[in-house]
Amino acid sequence: MQSDPLIIAGRTFSSRLVVGTGKYPSHAVMADAHRASGTDMVTVAVRRVNLTDKSKESLIDYIDRERIFILPNTAGCYTAEDAIRAARLGREVGLSNWVKLEVIGDERTLFPDNIALLEATRVLVAEGFVVLPYTNDDPVICRKLEEAGAAAVMPLGAPIGSGLGIQNPHNIRIIKDQARVPVIVDAGVGTASDAAIAMELGADGVLMNTAIALATDPVAMASAMKLAVEAGRLAFRAGRIPMRPYASASSPLEGRVAPVAAAAGGRAGA
Amino acid sequence: MTIRLNGEPFEIAGPVTISALLAELNIDPRIVAVEHNVVIVKRHQYEATVIGEGDEVEIVRFVGGG
Repeated sequence: MQSDPLIIAGRTFSSRLVVGTGKYPSHAVMADAHRASGTDMVTVAVRRVNLTDKSKESLIDYIDRERIFILPNTAGCYTAEDAIRAARLGREVGLSNWVKLEVIGDERTLFPDNIALLEATRVLVAEGFVVLPYTNDDPVICRKLEEAGAAAVMPLGAPIGSGLGIQNPHNIRIIKDQARVPVIVDAGVGTASDAAIAMELGADGVLMNTAIALATDPVAMASAMKLAVEAGRLAFRAGRIPMRPYASASSPLEGRVAPVAAAAGGRAGA
Repeated sequence: MTIRLNGEPFEIAGPVTISALLAELNIDPRIVAVEHNVVIVKRHQYEATVIGEGDEVEIVRFVGGG
């Protein structure tokens, strides 16, 4: 098949795997995992400079900016106002107008506050941001975010960091069916098969952090995720067979050696 | 004089520019964003923006996140 890049707001990404930068055992392991994942877009958070920590090691030094696009998030924001402020600060740090917009509505589940999310999306789009909102796996809110000008929609597969996998594959499929912007499944992936499932459902990409960063071997898991996203995408494009409740023999019925006894019946093998 | 820096009281000798404050804190201006009284200051304005008594300053940078 021909090359199959991910295009968001006119920008082309060769990888459909977006990776986080949090929770790794070290910056060096993170850099190796990014390399192994093949990603060309990573998320970062915006936080106060620690004035007492004089170690000068910066996360940015471990991101290959020649190859990797940095997507600031608004993680930890619970109101539209806070998220808008964080987005503006992220733009100043990174000199890019892209933002992974998060407005959290609940501490335990980290589920989004979709009302505030929609409000913040409208404001930031009007300010010229390329907004990628993290949202519920709800086709209606995804449609409204798209109408508000979101450059992609990023429904969750399951709660952030939960590793539960894609909890509502039917909704992800519906969201993809109706969307005219890319759909990135964001959060909930636990292992490679989850990423493959997201891609097989038709998602344009998958965003993950914890599944790689907290794996026993983050670099090996990053490789696994790369392969899973590629395999899932290829399977989606190849067009899977429909599911059916009964068997369909793969070997021809014709030309079988005659059964030894009539009692053996005319059953077809696999 | 006292300013509020990243939410905490912070003592400085007198009014300073953002450039001077960052230099004093040994912070590379290319990897941070600065808010002065809740207004973002563009990098090219660091030299011209003076922080005075009681001002609120936020200095942020990128950290690991998902």
